Amino acid sequence: MPPSSHASPTAVWQKDGEGVSLTLAGDWLREGPEVNVTGTAPAHAPSRYQTDALGSHDSTLPAFILAHLRTLKSTADAQQPAPFEGLPENLRNLLQLALAVPEEGGPQSEESHDSKLATLGKLTLGAWHACLTMFDFVGQTVLSLGRLFKGQARFRRSDFWMTVQQCGVEALPIVSLISFLIGLILAFVGGVQLASFGASLYVADLVAISMVREMGVVMTAIIMSGRTGAAFAAHIGSMKANEEIDALRTFGFDPFDFLVLPRILALVLMMPLLTVYADIVGILGGMLVGAFSGIPPVLYYTETVASLTITTASLGVIKSVFFGAVIALSGCMQGMKAGNSSAAVGEATTRAVVTAITMVVVFDSAFAALFTLLDI
Amino acid sequence: MAAKITVRDLTMAYGDLVVMRDLNFDIQDKDIFVIMGGSGCGKSTLLRHLIGLREPAKGSILYEGKDFTATHPADRGPFIQRFGVMYQSGALWSSLTLAENIAMPLEESSKLPAKTVRDLACYKLALVGLSGFEDYYPSQLSGGMKKRAGIARAMALDPDILFLDEPSAGLDPLSARRLDDLILALRDSQGSTIVIITHELASIFSIANNSVFLDTATHTLGALGNPSELRDHSDNPAVRLFLNRGETPPPLP
Repeated sequence: MPPSSHASPTAVWQKDGEGVSLTLAGDWLREGPEVNVTGTAPAHAPSRYQTDALGSHDSTLPAFILAHLRTLKSTADAQQPAPFEGLPENLRNLLQLALAVPEEGGPQSEESHDSKLATLGKLTLGAWHACLTMFDFVGQTVLSLGRLFKGQARFRRSDFWMTVQQCGVEALPIVSLISFLIGLILAFVGGVQLASFGASLYVADLVAISMVREMGVVMTAIIMSGRTGAAFAAHIGSMKANEEIDALRTFGFDPFDFLVLPRILALVLMMPLLTVYADIVGILGGMLVGAFSGIPPVLYYTETVASLTITTASLGVIKSVFFGAVIALSGCMQGMKAGNSSAAVGEATTRAVVTAITMVVVFDSAFAALFTLLDI
Repeated sequence: MAAKITVRDLTMAYGDLVVMRDLNFDIQDKDIFVIMGGSGCGKSTLLRHLIGLREPAKGSILYEGKDFTATHPADRGPFIQRFGVMYQSGALWSSLTLAENIAMPLEESSKLPAKTVRDLACYKLALVGLSGFEDYYPSQLSGGMKKRAGIARAMALDPDILFLDEPSAGLDPLSARRLDDLILALRDSQGSTIVIITHELASIFSIANNSVFLDTATHTLGALGNPSELRDHSDNPAVRLFLNRGETPPPLP
């Protein structure tokens, strides 16, 4: 029906002897034109309603009356039952139903307006609490590891192997692609510079050392943060939202042993393997660029092997163990701290990835400083 | 005049697994119609067929004589706008407050001023006894409150037909009773047709004027009619057993 076939809804407040009457007319429909209110609404309930010219109506009409009645809630007038004299019976019933239960809302979730200082204080306290949670989580993980070595940790072996598969084999395609391209890029950029010194062959050294020491492990860690860290947080977070974690607790399973431990173990085991794999694929990428710029693969290979020592090659692998632990920890931690709603799971996932990537870069800098000090 | 909802030869199946076959029943205008049956008999599946979330394996569903199932899902807007659905778990959008949950369909369907939308949301929440909780998030509510908020949202667009999936399951007897009163009041004052899935016998007898019993054993319609009459006079023993809570049903007169 076109809205034009409806009469405009009107509400008129009029003095009527002692009280005020509310005259309602027209068609009160959501699709119809806006309500035209004349007169000022009194601070008490209308003494009577006039609805002779009232047409068809939907919920907008009782909502309008209720909105006015609710503004009176604070005054003494609210104590008396509102008279609905003059209203059609169905409206009267609906309004009585709506007013039947007293306000039981308790404290509304109030909008707080803090001063800048208070905001700063709250942020600082928040950061401090985040630190404490992190320490608590790391501590619990260590305890859980202790139980594992004593043979007391209970988790399903199949869960562990599933996680190994998810963060190992299933990550191979993306790791291959990214590290191959990184090797390619390094060789391109380095090749151009080295060619100007007539030292093109040293591209092999450049690619090998930078892949093995830094790029292989860091890129793998970043891929795994986005891939596996996020998956851990989302999985554990939604388990928490579904009260599945509470269910584990009541059956006597420690959620740490059951959920966190297998994930950390799996990622700590898989990260070094993925890193070694990424290093090799990256070097192959460099070799491809070398082949196109006139370095025969055999020569490239010999040069690569000559440039790498076992010490250099092991640095990346050592770091990868730590990165794996950091990624798994931040994923699981954010998942376990997640709130009980689907929105909270999303937030937890975001925080897990951000924490993991930040921590990976911070740890990598720390390792760089350490290795420089140790002169490796 | 054609019945509000007509179900004709409806067969529901998941792949080869037939849930119910050849259902035939009518739901009249302003009925409070109960779909009942044992757990896993396909009550929720039937509801999902009625609101178009699943397509029937065979048969059709008509609304006031107009074929719903033959209409392409993209053209079902005019039907669906008249439905209000409360899902079993409430299915409130967890990132929105209660008022926003109700306001969202209102804002989508019409260009109302913000104040009117807010008033409407407050009114709907007041109807289910949740005034004062407008700015709460669903996660801050108890289970019963979520159910009631789910009903308030189902009523957001003043639906012609209200589908309620287990509205009183998990509620205390007093809340369940209040909910029954609410359902009756809504039918009487708004003239909605109400379709309820429930196996709360107390509710069934106090509000339903018509019902269908889905028989798990035979995968067919077990009985159709007023539940109080079915309890005492149904010729299907499974129905009498169900409606008498498994106590030996009195012999047929």
